[in-house]
Amino acid sequence: MTREITLQLNGREEKVAVEDADTLLEVLRDRFKLWSVREGCGVGACGTCTVLLDGRPVSSCFLLAVRAAGREILTLEGLSDGKDLHPIQEAFVTQRALQCAYCTPGFVLSVKALLDEIPDPSDDEIREYLSGNLCRCAGYADILRAVRVAQVSSKLA
Amino acid sequence: MADFAVIGQSVYRKDANSKVTGQVLHVGNIEMPAMLHVAVLRSPYAHARIRRIEKSKAEALNSVAIVLTGAEVAQMPGVDPYFGPAFRDQPILAVDKVCFVGDPVIAVAAKDRRTAEDALQLVEVDYEPLPAILDLLEAVKPESPLVHEQHRPAKAFADLAHVKAGQKSNICYQFKLRRGDVDKAFAAADRVFEDTFSSPPAQHLPMEPHVTLVYLDENQRINVWTASQTPSYVRTELSNTFGIPMNRIRVRIPYLGGGYGAKLYAKLEPLVTALALITKKPVRYALTREEEFLTITKHKVITKIKTAVKNGVITARKCEVFWDTGAYAEIGPRVVHKSGYTSAGPYRIPNVWIDSYCVYTNHVPAGAFRGFGVPQVIWAYDSQMDIVARAIGADPVEFRLRHALNEGEAFATGTPVKSFGIKEAIRQASKAIEWSKPRIAPAGSKRRGKGIAAGVKAVLTPSISGAIVMMNADGTVNVLSSTVEMGQGSETMMGQIVAEELGVSFDQVHVVQPDTDITPYDTITAGSRSTYHMGNAVRAAAGKIKAELFQVVAKKLEVNPDDLVAQRGRIFVRGTEERGMTISEAFLAKFGSLGTTLTGEAICQPEAIPTDPETGQSEKCTEYWFPSATTAEVEVDTDTGQVKILQFYSVGDTGTAINPKHCEQQLLGSAITHLGLTLFEEMIFDEGQLVNGSLLDYQVASIKDLPDSFRSIVVEVPHETGPFGAKGVGETGALTVSAAIANAIQDAIGVRIHELPITPEKVLRALTQKKEKAALERSNENDA
Repeated sequence: MTREITLQLNGREEKVAVEDADTLLEVLRDRFKLWSVREGCGVGACGTCTVLLDGRPVSSCFLLAVRAAGREILTLEGLSDGKDLHPIQEAFVTQRALQCAYCTPGFVLSVKALLDEIPDPSDDEIREYLSGNLCRCAGYADILRAVRVAQVSSKLA
Repeated sequence: MADFAVIGQSVYRKDANSKVTGQVLHVGNIEMPAMLHVAVLRSPYAHARIRRIEKSKAEALNSVAIVLTGAEVAQMPGVDPYFGPAFRDQPILAVDKVCFVGDPVIAVAAKDRRTAEDALQLVEVDYEPLPAILDLLEAVKPESPLVHEQHRPAKAFADLAHVKAGQKSNICYQFKLRRGDVDKAFAAADRVFEDTFSSPPAQHLPMEPHVTLVYLDENQRINVWTASQTPSYVRTELSNTFGIPMNRIRVRIPYLGGGYGAKLYAKLEPLVTALALITKKPVRYALTREEEFLTITKHKVITKIKTAVKNGVITARKCEVFWDTGAYAEIGPRVVHKSGYTSAGPYRIPNVWIDSYCVYTNHVPAGAFRGFGVPQVIWAYDSQMDIVARAIGADPVEFRLRHALNEGEAFATGTPVKSFGIKEAIRQASKAIEWSKPRIAPAGSKRRGKGIAAGVKAVLTPSISGAIVMMNADGTVNVLSSTVEMGQGSETMMGQIVAEELGVSFDQVHVVQPDTDITPYDTITAGSRSTYHMGNAVRAAAGKIKAELFQVVAKKLEVNPDDLVAQRGRIFVRGTEERGMTISEAFLAKFGSLGTTLTGEAICQPEAIPTDPETGQSEKCTEYWFPSATTAEVEVDTDTGQVKILQFYSVGDTGTAINPKHCEQQLLGSAITHLGLTLFEEMIFDEGQLVNGSLLDYQVASIKDLPDSFRSIVVEVPHETGPFGAKGVGETGALTVSAAIANAIQDAIGVRIHELPITPEKVLRALTQKKEKAALERSNENDA
């Protein structure tokens, strides 16, 4: 069945007609062309398609779009103002926390949720929080450092 | 060392900003009007004949453009329905039989993926099951049923010229090495050690699964956008498969979401091209993760290794290495050859015998995986190095140093080694972990131990990299290269080399992405070869431009061109920067016109002397070597079998590090990936059926698997013909991880694991066996 839903997408109200079977990932990519949201596994296990739903990280491949009706969705396209990088993105660049970078959008958003929720996380808390995001280049050491740098710069910002 | 402006500087990646904003171009972001989407029906049998296909209901479904079978592909005029880089053995779609569970049988192209999947539900295929060949050591027996009746060489690569047509065997290629007299040495030995090691099939798991888009342009040329590590090869393969001239095919590669060997050679491209040719519509096929598991794997390997020791020195080694290459050979023969000849190790052993077999089975095809098979052979030989050292009471580090080859000594192939920093790698790795510091005395159920492993890989030789460098009149530069940026930082590496050569800033160099219409041939982006080969090619191409500019400036200034240098965007007399001109002024002097360009082109093509088919000997089997060493400290919980990595050091000899931080990152990244492959990764098959083919069931290293303490260390033994002395680094960190961990476990709890992955179950089982053995020995003593 097709129904119209409203999304608070990257700070804008968007109306879109979706099928019941459409995942949020499909709607974000196919309808809104938000290419930072990428499918990695289709079963909610790799974190590549992470978006923030009301500030919490979710796997958009594993959530029906209709379940996101009326809620706030943040993708990487909505994170920075388009001019300057967000402090977390800046930290990923300076700490070289990206290689093939297919996983990067998911990681950046998970780090944002982490630092919003726990401003001063311990190493174990970082590792636990980010364990649902996989990086096959295995740049985890760089990502860990980027979180630490972003933690400081987020407070200054 | 010479005074470089940008070589040796850890500049930031060229692609950092587009990647961190998620706006980088991937194949999946490219859309075409009226584009069709593909779904594929795959075989439920490991081995079966296709008796009948009924597809009319699927064809009748709304919005379905085509339901294609292998028999129909075979009837396309001028088409060779089989492809492959070593043998043309892989059908675009199964023609008369299926050879593994997951073999593509029917392809549907429809207006969207869901419709295509619905259509597949309406297809009926009638199979006649055949005996499945699933056991690697059974498959090599003469009486085994055959996967393929005939083997047809592809003749695509110079290094595979020795691959022969064959039949009546599942062994599609065998590498042999004979050096000295092993039988005599074994007879004269003080002690002989015999072990069997195994390493399971595993998934490359690039976060971006394979995806290919093909359309015919306004001139009916075939345009391919594909996530591939081999743009040049894909064009050649499509040209051969469809009988279409090379310049009627254009292959473009944007950024890759990882490759690690999975995206080498042709994968989806022949099928998607067939669909586009028939439907005359743009067609995109994006694999699901589950399909990715059924596309390519890391080889399962069984190694039987036997070593003779006399007076504390290894005198002989015999290796039998069996590689499960699956239903289609893919690049198996190259893996078996290149890894095969290194399977006795980087050690001084006078008598060596190696048999390395590439074996067809009815499993998912296996190919190159970050290390091209070398991690599997090092797993065997450097596990056994530790067994031998401990058995004869030698220190494992000292024992390796005692045997490690010195500069100029002959490798097992007879090739003298050069730029061979193996000893320095071993020393740095043992220093990092404070090897000689006394071990902590055991207490409670948790035991600690340290381990080391060393090994070496040789670069694929011969191979070819062509490049064109174009300098613009404003001093900016475009680099045309078919090297694929898949995360390794090749754009940055090329930018640094060209900037250094032309004396311009790194930011002024733009690297054009692979496009077979404009970027020259390159063998492959893999095997730690791009920095050396493409680095040399872009440097030489830039050098030609520099030489032309020097001629112009020398004439103008009335000096000898040899006295000129190019630095900081100027060309001037060495030592007197004011006696010179800017690059723009030099262009104006040459052309008298604005907006002009100068191009230089070059090919880097190192040659090898083919290894002798009977003895494996060659005066030069490779252009360069990359030595690796890993040390680790583990804590083993003897109650649970859990292995925790406390300290972890990865050392690699990279030659001159063009970008030191990126070299460290490559070493550590490939090492951490291989920690997962060592401790838990394994594709599990039941009667040929993959049982853990999804990320819900297949575990890979996450950030939680980072050791408590870790570091990668770059050893720089410059190579005389490398660009600024550089070699390669992409695989080095992967090579020695597994053996180092197993050796540390042995140090901690005195048991030896022979089968990867080293799961808690295997550790506990080995501990139990050790206890039972000790109890048995005690009771035997009591009885006596």
